[in-house]
Amino acid sequence: MSTIHIDPLEKRWLWAIGGMLALFWGVQIYFAAVENMHPPSNVETIESSKMHLSGEFAEENLGVKNEADGSYTVTMVAARYGFYPQEIEVPANTPVKLRIASFDVLHGVHVPFSNMNTMVVPGYVSEVHTQFQTPGSFPMICNEYCGLGHDYMYSKLHVTAGKS
Amino acid sequence: MSITAEHAASLAATSSRPAVTAVQAYGNKLGLWNMWVAFAALALGLPMGLFQAAERSGFFPGIENTAVYFASTSTHGVLLAFVLTTFFAMGWGYHTMAHSVNKKPFFGWTSFWVSLVGTVMAAIPLLTGYASVLYTFYPPEFAHPSFYLGATLLVVGSWFWVADMIIAFVQWKKENPGKPVPLVMFMFTMTALLWGWTSLGVASEAVFQLLPVVFGIAPTIDVGLARTLFSWTLHAIVYFWLMPAYIAMYVILPKEAGGKLFSDEFARIAFVLLFIFSVPIGFHHLYVDPQQAAGWKLLHMFGTFMVAVPTFLTGFTVLASMEIAGRLRGGKGLFGWIGALDWNNPFVLGGGLALLMLTVGGWGGVLNAAYTWDVMVHNTQWITGHFHLIFGGTTVIMYLVAAYWLWPKITGNALFSRALAVWQLWLYFIGMVVLTAPWHVLGLIGQPRRVSTTDQYAAFPEYAQMWGIYEAIMIVGAVMLVVSGFMFVYNLFMTHFNKVPAADTKVEYAVAIHEPMRLPNVLNSLAFWNWAMLAYMILSYGYPIVQFFFMEGHHTIPWGV
Repeated sequence: MSTIHIDPLEKRWLWAIGGMLALFWGVQIYFAAVENMHPPSNVETIESSKMHLSGEFAEENLGVKNEADGSYTVTMVAARYGFYPQEIEVPANTPVKLRIASFDVLHGVHVPFSNMNTMVVPGYVSEVHTQFQTPGSFPMICNEYCGLGHDYMYSKLHVTAGKS
Repeated sequence: MSITAEHAASLAATSSRPAVTAVQAYGNKLGLWNMWVAFAALALGLPMGLFQAAERSGFFPGIENTAVYFASTSTHGVLLAFVLTTFFAMGWGYHTMAHSVNKKPFFGWTSFWVSLVGTVMAAIPLLTGYASVLYTFYPPEFAHPSFYLGATLLVVGSWFWVADMIIAFVQWKKENPGKPVPLVMFMFTMTALLWGWTSLGVASEAVFQLLPVVFGIAPTIDVGLARTLFSWTLHAIVYFWLMPAYIAMYVILPKEAGGKLFSDEFARIAFVLLFIFSVPIGFHHLYVDPQQAAGWKLLHMFGTFMVAVPTFLTGFTVLASMEIAGRLRGGKGLFGWIGALDWNNPFVLGGGLALLMLTVGGWGGVLNAAYTWDVMVHNTQWITGHFHLIFGGTTVIMYLVAAYWLWPKITGNALFSRALAVWQLWLYFIGMVVLTAPWHVLGLIGQPRRVSTTDQYAAFPEYAQMWGIYEAIMIVGAVMLVVSGFMFVYNLFMTHFNKVPAADTKVEYAVAIHEPMRLPNVLNSLAFWNWAMLAYMILSYGYPIVQFFFMEGHHTIPWGV
């Protein structure tokens, strides 16, 4: 059995690497398990060619709903080249559930300075749970190339002062 | 300093020029043609980058054109990320096969021509605006069929190279039982094997999903599956690009710096870890995708951070090797060895700058890899900044210095100008820093990547205002990179036709302090790692792929751009 030559310096460096790895993993596990931070990951399918006809993503059912428990549900459609409805308003520091589905191609939604960031993949429903902390008006930017009109695809999010 | 003609001639007369075997001559020619294609792609792709930086800034209304911008972005990505990298790896791989184990490939020119025909087939629709789907393909938007056929051929051509590398490796081992495979050959074959595994994801997407749609066989496509298959390729391909750069750092840099490789074994360990931990971790590209569950993303997060291990090992071994060289050259004290190194040697300079960019860019990558934090930067300009620093910076600068090293050895002609090379490398480094630093900032303040204009948010003028200054800085960086790129190609071209013979055409690789006489089998063979990869891939991609066959109603019709 041949053995390999490991320098004492290398042994020390291996311990240092192990320490850094434990730190990276530990921080991520902490935020996932304790702070309950997870990327949007509901595996839920939808037929994009028929979703406009009836149900949750039909035009009359889109928009902001105040739920019985005080939280808000926002239902939106992403389609070339906008998010519909084009303006939504939710209070600050209140749980908001955004459900977004694409009518056509791949899109993405990002609200700068927030953790509202998800891909919108045709055939699937994206769901983001968040609370907006700063009142004001923000762009909801399409952050995935979706065709030659992509540059102008955005809508407006108004965060009102709401509850303290 | 450039060598004067008389000086070089006297050197050539005194140094005994090594006889080149027929196999080596074959490897030289094959390597040279492949690498010329690679650097032609670099020369074509760089000015497109400058155009994009200028077009999107809004400072030059005369050149604003969304259609041209996205055609340019798509072509820039394909040329630099697919063509430059694949042809460079194939070229230097074939050269290595000839010089380290003296083997002639079976498919050398087949590989070259199939890849080249594929490249041209993809280039025509790209340049004419019929394939503006960016280099990640983006179904359900579809490009011209020629684009997918061409991209597929480029991959198929590279598979001939993969087969050649593995065959040569196995043959040499049979002829030399018990002996360690030369380090450079071990590393290159690991790189080839990695590419084989990596390319299976995108190849499956192309063959089973994209081509059936473009030829009208399948009416719809599952975009979730397509994105999952592409993620299989999307991270490991980066290691296929990076590993030749690491090879240059391990097997050439220590010798060029005037020292020895700190450890042969640790180099091999780093490469097998790079191999095993780079493919089954692609889900960090899908962190905010809806079609995969959080648990699988978490699993891939653990693997993603494991890639830091071989990266830290590489940083340690390469820096330690440079320190040895610096001390042998008389450097004293904690940092004195750094000043003692010959920074006018393009290889030493390129290696040092590459490590610097790797250190900064690597810490940026920690944020991308973070399961809980990636939402802050996903698809923002931060990502573009990150991969330009690591790929365009660290990786490509090592390709450039490898070319400065290889060209005189292949052509027999002296490097046209060493001084020009040194200036070129400094300009490239500064240009890359000036380009990518503002991108990182723009990403953090919310600018999306892949936009052709910054004044689209008319309702939010404060955003466009915030971005303005960074748009200006990035153009300066892009100009530097284009000038530097042309300096490089000019120097290479003039070397190719230089009348002055090279002083030293012998291909020699760095020697380790303790050259291993025997090695444990896992550090000297491919079979174990191949099986380990299969097991790890089934674990991390098995269920996430199979789930799509049990879902319903989510297939999407194809769309034009």
